[in-house]
Amino acid sequence: MRQNNDVRIGASAAWPICLGYIPIGFAFGVLARKAGLTPLQIGMMSVFVFAGSSQFIAVSMLADGASAIAIILTTFMVNLRHLLMSSALAVFFKGEDRKRLSLFAYGVTDESFAVNLARLRDGDWNLNRSLVVNQMANAAWIASTVIGGFGGQFIPEKAFGIDYALIAMFICLLVFQLRGRKYVITAIIAGILAVIFSLLIPGNSYIILASVIAATLGLIFKKYLT
Amino acid sequence: MKDYLILIAGMGFVTFLPRWFPLFFLSKREIPKLLIEWLDLIPAAILSALLIPALVVGGEPKIMAFKPELLASIPTFLFALKTKSLGGTVIVGMALYWLIGKGLLPFFGL
Repeated sequence: MRQNNDVRIGASAAWPICLGYIPIGFAFGVLARKAGLTPLQIGMMSVFVFAGSSQFIAVSMLADGASAIAIILTTFMVNLRHLLMSSALAVFFKGEDRKRLSLFAYGVTDESFAVNLARLRDGDWNLNRSLVVNQMANAAWIASTVIGGFGGQFIPEKAFGIDYALIAMFICLLVFQLRGRKYVITAIIAGILAVIFSLLIPGNSYIILASVIAATLGLIFKKYLT
Repeated sequence: MKDYLILIAGMGFVTFLPRWFPLFFLSKREIPKLLIEWLDLIPAAILSALLIPALVVGGEPKIMAFKPELLASIPTFLFALKTKSLGGTVIVGMALYWLIGKGLLPFFGL
């Protein structure tokens, strides 16, 4: 009964992520198909990797004839930012079963991280519900990428502003995080640095770089200026 | 197909590793207080670092630009601040972005 409850509550938190993944998944499926992958291969990549931006990059590198080593190294760089997210989540999962934590780790994405963290911080959340969020998002991603591979070109682009779903979700999740002056200052520094770094550095390492510097400056601000 | 399997297995491994390492090892030990305070600031930093460039940076090569994403983000942000509703914010944000794309907002004097 309690398990069922966790599934229901987890699912009610996961749907904005699923909605946001659909257009991106379709787009990925279409591009991967154009790069020569079959729907089966597309689905397998989504199962094995489950990381949107690096999958897009991998497909474009495949189309350019890049080597497997180059693609794997790029994937590593692109997804290294999850090291920070899993560290922030680990604080809430002290003493939890390591097998279940390993399964949970598989589903840590930018989106599931942000949704789960907001709930964990509220205190009414647990590993079960977090797992439901991750796995529902995972299922939506796998399904939408495969469907995109079969015929995503028939779905009109920009229908109902669905391209904006993830941005809107991030806006609201950022609002949840702004619970005091130190968070607002950290977020402003991170935003400014991310814009500057994204213009200067190719790829998406600007996310991790801006976040680490901003959190450090935010901590210094808190320790020495208040 | 064999080469492809090796490729996605490698991609999967290097993606899983940074997601798994802190959860597996940090969840079992005392985390220093300073690190907890630092990690406490990380979500606000990451969300902002993910979001802000998506609003004001575009093109290839990348340049700063005025984008409809930015225009839609201001009322979306205010809605999120007022309601604290994730689902509601997603729906309102999508609707605003869609209306801006349709060029309908000037009709409402916005």
